[in-house]
Amino acid sequence: MAVATAMAPDAGGQAPVSRGFSGRPRDRSVGDRLPPGQYLVHDFPVLSAGPTPYVPLDRWDFSVLAVDGSPLARWRWDEFRALPEETVTCDVHCVTKWSKLDMQWRGVSLDVILEGLDVDTAHVMAFADGGYTTNLPVGDATDGQAWIATGYDGHDLEAEHGGPARLLVPHLYFWKSAKWIRGLQLLERDKPGFWEGLGYNNYGDPWREQRYWGD
Amino acid sequence: MARTTVLGRLSWRVATVSSRAPETSRAVTLVLDVPDWPGHRPGQHVDVRLTAEDGYQAERSYSIASAPGDPALALTVERLDDGEVSPWLTTVAAPGDVFELRGPVGGYFVWDGSEADPVLLVGGGSGVVPLMAMARHRARQAIPTRMRLLYSARSEQDLLYRSELDGLAAGDDGFDVVYALTRATPPGWTGYDRRVDGAMLADVSFPERHTSPAFVCGPTPFVEAVANSLVLLGHPPGRVKTERFGPTGGGS
Repeated sequence: MAVATAMAPDAGGQAPVSRGFSGRPRDRSVGDRLPPGQYLVHDFPVLSAGPTPYVPLDRWDFSVLAVDGSPLARWRWDEFRALPEETVTCDVHCVTKWSKLDMQWRGVSLDVILEGLDVDTAHVMAFADGGYTTNLPVGDATDGQAWIATGYDGHDLEAEHGGPARLLVPHLYFWKSAKWIRGLQLLERDKPGFWEGLGYNNYGDPWREQRYWGD
Repeated sequence: MARTTVLGRLSWRVATVSSRAPETSRAVTLVLDVPDWPGHRPGQHVDVRLTAEDGYQAERSYSIASAPGDPALALTVERLDDGEVSPWLTTVAAPGDVFELRGPVGGYFVWDGSEADPVLLVGGGSGVVPLMAMARHRARQAIPTRMRLLYSARSEQDLLYRSELDGLAAGDDGFDVVYALTRATPPGWTGYDRRVDGAMLADVSFPERHTSPAFVCGPTPFVEAVANSLVLLGHPPGRVKTERFGPTGGGS
């Protein structure tokens, strides 16, 4: 069955059948693109822990900070928008279980942003307006796997979806794609960000269903 | 009540429906028997997983409605017409039926009465469910902290927990509930008869709003509007905690 998810190892290999539950018709065309426990949506849900921040573009900047917090690089909005951009088409998987396929983003690759900088740590912490943080291995933020997105679906990224700029790391659960991002700080030693400290998985691979601690 | 935090692996557990009670024409409360349930904090949710005969599974998240001190775990689920899991929970699940559940999940949208600042709760539709767990916890534990709930629904018939909320407010100077009905009001209605707006939030928010917490839960446009208004009224953004769901964003 294309969409069926693997049995949980701790369910003794036999999940109980819920009487009379049949589920939606199985859609084989997308089945192998849905990680375990996910379902397909066509809208773009919004999930945030607090109010949407609104920062004027003339006061926006993006920084890469060293371990001690000193700036390695900094771009104002117009400078940032002058960096080479890519169009990214990807599937996105939210830990709240929705997945959205073939999302089209416009953004700057982190390979461009980190080019020439002395990145000598294995982890970074993304930080955002509103106080949100999320941690990432450098190996997951580079090699064409992560972007700072400023556009979605042909227009500028809306504030409720993380505009003016959000991190985009589509191979991990979407909470890693920090909305309202303002920079990255190198971490001498990995440490949990906001959700990672509140019970959510430190890494967050949707294909291994790493939603929570211990997954 | 001891604090319960998420430690170690969140295992899937088998939940057995012990009773069901309709709340409105679309919402049902399921009281569950979950062996070795580790406990929860008010505002947290659970993941629910249903399994079909052919092995197909579907997962969704639902807020916990019961207080930590209640004898059993209870979920209140609203049926979404295009939903996959909520129709089963609201129209099929009967006492004795089983499904899988794991949790509690979420350590941020939580109020457990550990601070004295008065707390404002703003709920839209079934977004009131996690806020109800907070109100119940406050009442069960006789926590003196002032709490006010502003609760918006389409009509009187759509209000969840109406009599229990009125009872909590009647018996307690520290708790009050204010309703806002957006589509239809009954004769003699004394609550608000419009959508939640800045003027209404100014009326209901506490004088201590520059330091006190607020919890907002409901559909995305509702939460966006309320959270923005609360910040404009002086609530510190970091003290406004939100949970948003749309037809597909959280609890379908």
